[in-house]
Parts: sequence; structure tokens; C-alpha cells
Amino acid sequence: MEPSADIKRLPAPARWSIPGIGLLKGMVVTAQNMIQSYYRKERMTTVQYPEERAPISPNFRNFPFLCYDGEDPKAGLRCTACTICETECPPQCIYIVLERDANGKSLKRPKVFDIDVSVCMNCGICAEVCPFDSIYMDGEYELSKQDRFNGLLFHLDRLAKSADYHMKLRPKEAGEVAARRKVEVDKKRAVQAAKDAKAQTDKDMAKPEPTTKGEPA
Amino acid sequence: MISDPATSLTSAVLAPAVDDDQLLHVSLGPQHPSTHGVFRMNVVLDGETVVRLKPVFGYLHRNHEKIAEGTSYLASMPYTDRLDYICPLSNNWAYARAVEKLAGIEVPERAEFIRVILAELTRLINHTAFAGFILGDMGAWGSALMYAFREREKILDLFEELTGARMMANFMRFGGCRNDLPDGWSAKVSKLVDEYGPFLDEMEKFLVGNEILLSRTLNVGSLPKEVLINGGITGPMLRAAGVPYDIRKVDPYGIYERFDFRIPLGATGDCYDRIMIRFLEMRESLKILHQALDQLPDGSFIHPKAKIRNFKPPLGEAYARIEGPKGELGFHLISDGSTRPYRYRIRPPSFINLTLIEDMCLGLDLADVVVILGSIDIVLGEVDR
Repeated sequence: MEPSADIKRLPAPARWSIPGIGLLKGMVVTAQNMIQSYYRKERMTTVQYPEERAPISPNFRNFPFLCYDGEDPKAGLRCTACTICETECPPQCIYIVLERDANGKSLKRPKVFDIDVSVCMNCGICAEVCPFDSIYMDGEYELSKQDRFNGLLFHLDRLAKSADYHMKLRPKEAGEVAARRKVEVDKKRAVQAAKDAKAQTDKDMAKPEPTTKGEPA
Repeated sequence: MISDPATSLTSAVLAPAVDDDQLLHVSLGPQHPSTHGVFRMNVVLDGETVVRLKPVFGYLHRNHEKIAEGTSYLASMPYTDRLDYICPLSNNWAYARAVEKLAGIEVPERAEFIRVILAELTRLINHTAFAGFILGDMGAWGSALMYAFREREKILDLFEELTGARMMANFMRFGGCRNDLPDGWSAKVSKLVDEYGPFLDEMEKFLVGNEILLSRTLNVGSLPKEVLINGGITGPMLRAAGVPYDIRKVDPYGIYERFDFRIPLGATGDCYDRIMIRFLEMRESLKILHQALDQLPDGSFIHPKAKIRNFKPPLGEAYARIEGPKGELGFHLISDGSTRPYRYRIRPPSFINLTLIEDMCLGLDLADVVVILGSIDIVLGEVDR
């Protein structure tokens, strides 16, 4: 069975009965829009950008930043240079070098953490895969620079932003993270305290033995 | 199947009325504003009449498929946004569905509803922008595109609130969506859906019956149904010619079976039908949106066992397709069991719909070529990939 068409077409004579009537109808729409653009809120859609700014939604994401706790960006940095974001980044715009001490032992913090924002495509995968709550997407815009190479290569000092900044930017997400981290820190502290206590008791238990053994019977 | 030469695929060249050296060779594009990006058509004209037309693709080739074979499955998700950048969320969905099929991942009900809502909003964006663009192509430069983009902007604001980006959403994940709906988001969508009908009425009043539009689109660029089917044309292009083929109905995916909507059809498949079919489809989309918003369940937005890092689907092969706003959008993946796809292939609707452009344009005027190209509704990001 042939399905019937839904699009209505006027037969040719009716279509051209009064030449130009269709055009005039369209112009009425244009005129309505023009007049309403002076008094109807939903027709006044232009935002006069540099003077006026549209509000940014809390989910808006732009380029990544690194979160740190406390006051000192170097000491409080959450990043452990695990390079998960570096491997997962689709356009490969992250570059990380792990900091090591004189003996070559890992210090679990980045010596170099660079993001080339001229390559970054704002996908947010780095923030999603980070297991240390360290990397988040920023809401900052107006980042144009005169120098397109060095100006758009963000180093660690430019990327590090405090946890308070994150809290201000996305209160909901940051609040959840802070609560979770607090629980984790408390747990870690409790574990550490239990370990210390155990070590102490072990020490106490172990102490008398050598003394008794050391003494000649 | 169809052996009648009149309806088989042709790259026939009309016998020119004059000698070959009298013909005019015109290169339309790649910087021509009416070619919707960097697309070039080498047109051979006899006076004003098109006798040959050779499309030239590839100016926006970005090597997407090969890049995807070198990265993890998740890392390709943001690249799919950049295929058809007018409707990134449909692309996300098609790719997520392909990977879910490959790995056998279940999607929670709420995530399916969110996906349907986003896909139908994307369809509204695409068809609204199409109406603006094609009128721009016909010389109504300004008003139509401005009204269309005014409404598109409202949907983009909603997308920004949900996904964090206006266009490059990167929102779907294998087994659900990235985050849940923000508070009050679905109420905003309901309001938008209620206000969209009057906008469509206004836009239709603006267009239908406009004598210039009628004379430029009626009986321009239609092809027989059989040629369209043989050429692999899908989407509004095919339905405008009266073929009831919509993957949401013929091969239902997601939860489309639960919704009550119909597939509007055209009669002749000329440019006028192709414009009007999109208006009818938008009204059907509004119907789906109403139902989806009413039934939106609570629950998880992503499968609890969905893996983000180190995702390895089992050995195998999968092809998943959805009814994108432009036609059948499919992803074909072959997995060798590692974190990277062995083969990654896209079936883009824009590209395949564009292949019949010569057959549509032969014998018509040069000015009609621009309207026909506009009515195919291509996005070069998807044509060239």
C-alpha cells in the first residue's frame, strides 16, 4: 500500500491567485519581530558582550587546572604525577615529568606539568579519569594571547589553583569532593594511628626479650 | 534488483548542445559561501544549464578513523562531536551504542530517556538551523537564519548547562551518560518544548506560500524513489520522496518503541518537500519530547559497572546505527580485545546523501545547484571526517 503524503501543496492556480500575498505574509512576520524586539523580553536576545555578560552555568568547562589544598601551591598540590591524564588525553596536550630526589626515588609530585591549551579541546576526560581529585576543568575564558606558542603553553604555576577557587567555581562538585577527601583522610589517619599504636605495643612487647636473652643466665 | 536503465544509478552526461570548447567550466567552492564549508563542485555549464557536475571532497579531512584506531575507546568520544558539529549528541549516541553492542553493556532506563531527550533536541537544532541555512542560500540573508539561530541558542544554553559545552558535548559514556541532569533542567526543557510549537508556526508562516521560495524549490532536484534507495540515501531526503524508512521505526533502538509518533512523508522529493518534511519531523520530535519528559524515571544515569579507564571490549565486531537528524548514522567497530579498536568506521549520512548530487542537478540551472546542495543538508565535518 502506498503511504499517503503529509505535505500539503496548493494547486498551482490557488498558489498564484494574488501574486505577492505569500511574500507579504512573510513580511508581516518580520515586522512583528522587529517591533516586538523593542518591548518583548524573549525577542531581546542580544547580550552587549564586553559591557554585559551572560551568566555562566556551573557545569561550563574550558581548560583544565590543578587543584591544591591549603595555601602553598607547591606543597598542597594533589597531583601525584601518575600520568593517567597524560595517557588518556585524546589530543595528547599534557606533558608531565615526575620529580625525583637525589637517589632517584619518586617524590610523587610533578616536576613539570604543562598543558598546551592551543591543542586542548576541552573534552574534560583528564578531569574524569583523575583518581586523586587533582585536575578539574576551569570556567575561565578570554584567554587570547599575543604569543601563540609560549603564551598558550600553561606551566605548573599557571595551572595550580586553590581548592577554594574550585569551591567557588563549582560548589556542588567541590563540596562532594571535599567531603569524600575528608572521610579518606580521617580513615588514613585512623589506620596510621592504629599502626602506630600496634608498632608501639610490638616495641613494648619486643623490648624485654633481648634484655633477658642478652643477660647471661 | 532494479535493472530498468531509467531508474538505475547514473553518472550520465547529458549530450551538450554545443561543442565542448563552448562549454563553461566553473569551480564552485571550496571557499564559496553557499557550499556550507569547504566543498567544491566543478560544474560544466552550457549557458546556464548544468551538463556535468563533479563534487570534490576532502578539504576538511582530519583522519578521524585512523586517529581513533590509535587511541582508547573513550578518547574517540570527543572526536565524534566534531563529525557533524551541528548535532554532536546524536553522534555521541551512535558511537556509544556501537561500543555497548560490542561489549554487551546494559544501559539504565534513565540514561535511555536522557539520550532520547538529547537526541530529539538535537534534531530540533539541526532542522531549525537547516531552515535558516537554506533560506540564506536562496538569498533571504538575515532574518530566517537569525530567527532559527535565536531558537537554537536556547537549546544550546540547555546543553551547556547539562554537558558543560554548547556544541562539543562529549556527554555519552559506554553504559549511560557522564552526569545526571542538573536541578530544574527538565522543567526548562518542558518550557522550551511548549514554546517551540509557536515558533514553528511562525517560521512556517514566514515560509509557506512565499512566492520566491515556491518558484525556487517546487519540482527542483527530485529523483525517482528507486534511484534514491539504490544510492543509499537516508533520512529526510528519502522520506521526502515518500519512502517510509526511519530507523526509529524499522529497526527500533533505545526506547523509541515506547513513544507514540509517526513518520511524516513527502510526495515528490523535490526541494520544497525536503524543507517541509523537516518541519513536520520537528513537530513529531516535540511529541516524543513531551512523552519522554513526562515518563522520565528516577534511577542511575550510568551502569554501575561501567568502566572509564582501561576499557577492553571482548574480541568481536559490531555495527550500530541510529536515525540521526540527517539520516542513518552508523559506527562499525572491530575489536581485537585490546584497549584500542582494530577498525573504526563511520557511515556518515551527509556524505552518502551527497553522492547523488550530480544526478539531481543535471539539466537544471546553476542557481538550482545551490538550492539542491542546501536541501541535502550536509555538514562538511561529517562528509570529510
